[in-house]
Amino acid sequence: MAQPLVKKDDDRDDEEYSPFLGIEKGAVLQEARVFNDPQLDARRCSQVITKLLYLLNQGETFTKIEATEVFFSVTKLFQSRDIGLRRMVYLMIKELSPSADEVIIVTSSLMKDMNSRTDMYRANAIRVLCRITDGTLLTQIERYLKQAIVDKNPVVASAALVSGIHLLQTNPEIVKRWSNEVQEAVQSRAALVQFHALALLHQIRQNDRLAVSKLVTSLTKGTVRSPLAQCLLIRYTSQVIRESGVNTQTGDRPFYDYLEGCLRHKAEMVIFEAARAITVLSGVTTRELTPAITVLQLFLSSSKPVLRFAAVRTLNKVAMTHPMAVTNCNIDMESLISDQNRSIATLAITTLLKTGNESSVDRLMKQITNFMSDIADEFKIVVVDAIRSLCLKFPLKYRSLMNFLSNILREEGGFEYKKAIVDSIVILIRDIPDAKESGLLHLCEFIEDCEFTYLSTQILHFLGNEGPKTSDPSKYIRYIYNRVILENATVRASAVSTLAKFGAMIDSLKPRIFILLRRCLFDNDDEVRDRATLYLNTLGGDGSVVETDKDVKEFLFGSLDIPLTNMETSLKNYIQNPSEEPFDINSVPKEVKSQPLVEKKAPGKKPTGLGAPPTGPTSTADTYERILSSIPEFTSFGKLFKSSAPVELTEAETEYAVNVVKHIFDRHVVFQYNCTNTIPEQLLENVFVIVDASEAEEFSEVGSKPLKSLPYDTPGQTFVAFEKPEGVPAVGKFSNMLRFTVKEVDTSTGEAEDDGVEDEYQLEDFEVVAADYMVKVGVSNFRNAWESMGPDFERIDEYGLGPRESLAEAVSTVINLLGMQPCEGTEVVPSNSRSHSCLLSGLYIGNMKVLVRLSFGIDASKEVAMKLAVRSEDENVSDTIHDIVASG
Amino acid sequence: METCPSVKNILLLDSEGKRIAVKYYSDDWPTNNAKEAFEKAVFNKTQKTNARTEAEITMLENNILVYKFVQDLYFYVTGGEDENEIILAAVLQGFFDAVGILLRGNVDKREALENLDLILLCIDEIVDGGIILETDANSIATKVASNSVDAGAPLSEQTISQALATAREHLARSLLK
Repeated sequence: MAQPLVKKDDDRDDEEYSPFLGIEKGAVLQEARVFNDPQLDARRCSQVITKLLYLLNQGETFTKIEATEVFFSVTKLFQSRDIGLRRMVYLMIKELSPSADEVIIVTSSLMKDMNSRTDMYRANAIRVLCRITDGTLLTQIERYLKQAIVDKNPVVASAALVSGIHLLQTNPEIVKRWSNEVQEAVQSRAALVQFHALALLHQIRQNDRLAVSKLVTSLTKGTVRSPLAQCLLIRYTSQVIRESGVNTQTGDRPFYDYLEGCLRHKAEMVIFEAARAITVLSGVTTRELTPAITVLQLFLSSSKPVLRFAAVRTLNKVAMTHPMAVTNCNIDMESLISDQNRSIATLAITTLLKTGNESSVDRLMKQITNFMSDIADEFKIVVVDAIRSLCLKFPLKYRSLMNFLSNILREEGGFEYKKAIVDSIVILIRDIPDAKESGLLHLCEFIEDCEFTYLSTQILHFLGNEGPKTSDPSKYIRYIYNRVILENATVRASAVSTLAKFGAMIDSLKPRIFILLRRCLFDNDDEVRDRATLYLNTLGGDGSVVETDKDVKEFLFGSLDIPLTNMETSLKNYIQNPSEEPFDINSVPKEVKSQPLVEKKAPGKKPTGLGAPPTGPTSTADTYERILSSIPEFTSFGKLFKSSAPVELTEAETEYAVNVVKHIFDRHVVFQYNCTNTIPEQLLENVFVIVDASEAEEFSEVGSKPLKSLPYDTPGQTFVAFEKPEGVPAVGKFSNMLRFTVKEVDTSTGEAEDDGVEDEYQLEDFEVVAADYMVKVGVSNFRNAWESMGPDFERIDEYGLGPRESLAEAVSTVINLLGMQPCEGTEVVPSNSRSHSCLLSGLYIGNMKVLVRLSFGIDASKEVAMKLAVRSEDENVSDTIHDIVASG
Repeated sequence: METCPSVKNILLLDSEGKRIAVKYYSDDWPTNNAKEAFEKAVFNKTQKTNARTEAEITMLENNILVYKFVQDLYFYVTGGEDENEIILAAVLQGFFDAVGILLRGNVDKREALENLDLILLCIDEIVDGGIILETDANSIATKVASNSVDAGAPLSEQTISQALATAREHLARSLLK
């Protein structure tokens, strides 16, 4: 028995063997003394360097003294003529990243190597020197680098070019002087030299559009040797295409032929790069898309997972903008649902969800149900998001989709996944009125057995707001009160608040709610008891004088109009300076403080693609409403009707980035200018916008709110308010001038000088258009809504839209002009169809419901005709819609 | 999109997700802790997949990750989410095959650690500061091998001398015990 046991131990030892077993920093540093031996043992030294590199690679750090000591002894190794050792020395110096005064020690050795006859020495010495050098030294070695760029050895040339790309970030003015040599290297016969030269040349010239365009023109006609260089050229070409726009006369796009030609390249990376470039061309037409989609479709059935993934990920993006173009691939995509690689399967599912039509929803849902059980949470979240958007697109299908969501809600899953489902249900309840009751019940069932306190409280809060408005609110009470009995203190407290909301809204339930609240008075948690007492008091449950109904509702449902961070600061101050006076909530500043720089700079990644967190229920509209209501001057304007999407008033990458959001009120409009200062050396103060409304006659300026200070990279807002005739959709053009006081900032200390200079900056004009007075509001069943609106104020007319690029383009133009919500997925035009009907719904200023039916037809000469039928609650509104189309 | 294709990191891990050799080129993971956390996430996400015949691919923290396994060695290349997947796969394949050549077909953890200098030089020859230097496995291996111990000595002789060196080390180690 003992014998095999020993043997097993031996095996174990063998398995665990590593040359670095028991390695220890102190001992290795001791060993490094061999570098100082007069008789160098090259092999020994290489081994010690490997050990040092191993330690660094494992995350070990050297103190400043240790690093300096190692560095100095390593420099001694330049005496050795052993090539292998020299190579390790280069690697070690790069890893140690020596300080400026240390660099001087090795400079001469490295410069000698730069001029060595051994190619490997030249190439590596260049890479090392450029990595550790600073600007002053660079001027000394510039001459050698220029030579190296045109060196006949490709490895040396590439080393110099790649180093040039890195140095361009820190010393642009020096690297820019090398363009002649770089230009020569672009013509190199060595494939990779051409690639690196092209990358550097483009970076040197990236701000010179004409030069980039010339570069692209000459190379697309010439020979490009490596697939990598070809990919690069495709990227640059799409940049040129983006900046030049379509040739309006022939409808041809410059360089499109080149991209299409690349689809037939022999390297897969080039084919894919070209296909991807075509799919993201702005305003790409179906004709242009087709060849790209065809090659991607071939990739879908490749045996290589990377190709399948690349193709399905690109098609997924195309499906967002051109769902019809992707439908040809649906069969291939359906077979990918069972792909071994779950990332590919998830992308295939979500693409299918985007391209699917109403009739395929049920079949798809069946496939997904099987699929959901064997994928990880992060993929499930992506699917849930896709299902939510599908449901918003086909509201009639809400029943099967909502059922699906409630089923997966009951299954096992982590917090993020459950949160995504709950968020989706909440959004569906908000946007699809028919789904409200069933959705709320699903949520109620969920909180009966929910392990996440956060989700329980969120749902209880939502239930408090929505539950009382349903046909039978009493059925929710049981679920809520169960929380009071069964849950932890946090959930109990929010359940108490929810009960109070039901009590406040529904008089018939009041007595019963009081009984339940009184029971909570004996809870063992302070907060729960406090809340119960407070609500009994406000609602009059303890027999005291009842506050007015309005106050109660304001108290229960109103949102805190103070930014929480400000509240927090004020409370902290209050606690730090003890005083007799009670805390006054009115002393809290209501201004929204711009976020500090650090917070914004921190992991500033966009959450997109797989694993992106779902958007929470708070919408931008809520944020805008809160910002506006915090400004006393604007509180008298009443309820915010609509906020537009931001309109950029500056070009990208200018000194100051400004966009404007148009807030529409019944008798006012407020322009919110979001400004960002992109110059680190400047602090802007007293920032405001001078608006010239001479081309907007119906508007008159009534007030503005300047921005006190605008530091670097910290967005801030300034506002201008206008009065306009009530309920009238006044339109006009506004020109803008940004005025401010500039103060110089010392970037090292971050302190601004005291004296400033007044300056101004011209912004682009923008317009208030009719669509700004229309809110997108979907209806779940258009036919029902249309019938119930009745033909009393129906207006029908026909319009000729002239020659158009395609039917789809005409449809989307009209939708954008009206700013209405397309219903039942009718905004998607099947390719090659000659006619199309589109259903729109919206809410016009004055809270007027508007429904629109559009019928389009296109003839052989691309002339588009349109029939427009409008129904609304007011004949003037119906007429206005026609006016918008007629004048647009 | 207009930028040069770039690599965010190259990782070589063992079958428990521990580091053998790693190199980071972007500041997305500023500290060693962040790097280790990323490697752990990478390993957990991929260890159960079969990446032994073809390179596999997935997304992690808005990055594209291509990977391939052999024996107890796990090769990874990471790029940004807008990167061309096939370019990243070419880098991975170059790395994978070059290591295969340098380790003379004995591609496992033990051999990799024994020749860690070659692995580190190999990574150094593939990518410089995020920019792709070379993806052809033979070119990479030639550049690394010509630099290895005893320049000029043919590869076959090197194996013997290397074997002798390790044998000496073994001896020294057992004497010390």
